[in-house]
Amino acid sequence: MATVSTNEMKSGTKLLIDGDPYSVIDNEYRKPGKGQATNTLKIRNLKTGRVLEKTLKSGDTIESADVEDKDMQYLYNDGEFWTFMDPKSFEQIQAGKAAMAESAQWLKGEETVRITLWNEVPLLVYAPNTVELTVTETDPGLRGDTATGGTKPAKLETGAIVKVPLFITEGEKIKVDTRTGEYLNRAGK
Amino acid sequence: MTDWQPSADLPTLRARAALLSALRAFFNSRGVLEVETPLLSAHATVDRHIESFRTEDGRWLHTSPEFAMKRLLCAGSGPIWQVCRVFRREESGRHHNPEFTMLEWYRPGFDHHALMLEVAELVTALAAALGRPLGGSVGKLSYREAFRRHLDLDPFTADIAAIRAALERAGHDAGDLGGQDRDIWLDVAMSLAVGPRLGLDAPCFLYDFPASQAALSRIRRDDPPVAERFELFWRGTELANGFHELGNAAEQRQRFEADQDWRQQQGRELPPYDRRLIDALDAGLPDCAGVALGLDRLLMLVLGKGSLAEVLAFDSGRA
Repeated sequence: MATVSTNEMKSGTKLLIDGDPYSVIDNEYRKPGKGQATNTLKIRNLKTGRVLEKTLKSGDTIESADVEDKDMQYLYNDGEFWTFMDPKSFEQIQAGKAAMAESAQWLKGEETVRITLWNEVPLLVYAPNTVELTVTETDPGLRGDTATGGTKPAKLETGAIVKVPLFITEGEKIKVDTRTGEYLNRAGK
Repeated sequence: MTDWQPSADLPTLRARAALLSALRAFFNSRGVLEVETPLLSAHATVDRHIESFRTEDGRWLHTSPEFAMKRLLCAGSGPIWQVCRVFRREESGRHHNPEFTMLEWYRPGFDHHALMLEVAELVTALAAALGRPLGGSVGKLSYREAFRRHLDLDPFTADIAAIRAALERAGHDAGDLGGQDRDIWLDVAMSLAVGPRLGLDAPCFLYDFPASQAALSRIRRDDPPVAERFELFWRGTELANGFHELGNAAEQRQRFEADQDWRQQQGRELPPYDRRLIDALDAGLPDCAGVALGLDRLLMLVLGKGSLAEVLAFDSGRA
C-alpha cells in the first residue's frame, strides 16, 4: 500500500484515515525554533463532507487513498442508479443515490460531470456549476408585478424546483447555479 | 514558466535593503562589533529538532553562528553582532525556508532581561525605519503565565495526560503525536494553542522556560528550576530566541552528549558537536546574553506580508 509523508501532502492529496477517504484542504508546517516540527492538516471526509483538523509529527506518513476525479458523461437513470460513461474508454459506471446527493436534480442527460471515484466506485458526483433547463410548470406572473423583485416557484424539466422572477413563463429556458440552487438569468430561446 | 521571476516584489527588496542599513546604524551607534564567521564547519548542532545540511566533503553548513560567535566572546571580542544566511534541512512552509537570514548578537554583562530590552529597542527602531512604527509597546509574559492564560495549564507541573486534555479542550487533535515525551507535548501545545495567541497587537516576549528546554541557556535553581531563555512572538509567529548564556563547559558537554544519545535512540543523524566550543568555554565565557532573530520573518511582519516567500528575492522553490 502506498503512503504519503507530511511534507508531500498538498491541497488535493487523498488520504485513508480510519477506513474513510479524505482530501487535504490545507497543510500548515509549524516548528518552534528549538522544538518538534508538526504539520496541521485540514482535511475533508469525502463520504460525509465533514472538515476536520489533524496534527501530525513532521515526516510521519499516512496511507494514501486511491481516489481520483474523472470527467464523465451522464447517460441515463433507471430509477435506482445513474449511469455515466468515460468518454475516452467508453467504460460505464453506475452511481447510487448517496453519491448523487443534490446533483441528481440538475441532470437531464449528456452533460459532462466530475465524479470522485474511490477504488473505482463513485463517491460523489458533481453537477456542472451552472445548468440551463426548461421551465415545465409555473404560475403565470401577475401583470405589473415585475418591478417588485418578487419570486415564485418553478418546476424544471429535471423535476428540480427553483425560485424564479415573476416574469418567467412555462417553456422558457433558464440558467441556474447548482451550488446554491439559485436562478441566474434567462438562457435565451 | 514564470518561476525565473523573484518571489518578492521590488518595493519589498528595497525595504529589505533599508532594514539592513538601519540594522548597521543601530549596532554601530551602540559600539557593537560586526563580525563574520564560517558558514561551513567541521562540527554541527546536535539540537534534537534541528537538522543540518552535510556537504560532500563531510563538513556541515551552520544552522546558526552561535558556536563560532561564542568562541570569539571567549577570545575577548566584547559585544558582537552578525547577520548571515543559515541553513536548516527539512524546514519549509509559509513561515519557513531551508535557508534564511539570521541576525545574532551577544552582550557581555547583560542577563536575558537586559537583552530583551535591547531586542525591543531594535525591533521598534527597525519598524520605524521602514515607515511602519509599532502600534504599541513590546509586552512580556513568562512561559508559565502564557500557558496558564491561554491553555489554563501549568507547564511546569502538568503531566502528559493533562497537556493532551487541555489540547483537546481547545479543539486540537494531535493524536498520539508526542508519545511519552513531555517536552514534545509542550512544543505541540506551544505551536497549536499558545504561540498563535501571543503578541497579537505589539510583539511580546516569552521568558523563563522549563529547565528541560534550556538548550544553551543557564538554569536558575528556583523551585521548579527555570531556564533563563526567552523568545519573541509577534502576531503568533516566533521571531527570536535568546539565552542568558551557559558558560559552564562541563554542563555544556553533558547537554551535547545527552542530545546525541537521544539522536542515536531515535535513529537520527549524529553530527559531531563542536569540541572547540567546549574548549573555549573551558577558557572562560564572559557572563553574557545572546539572541538570534529571524530577519525575514521580521520584515514579513513589519510589511504585513503573509508568507516568507514574499520577502525573499527567491524562495527555495525558485532558488
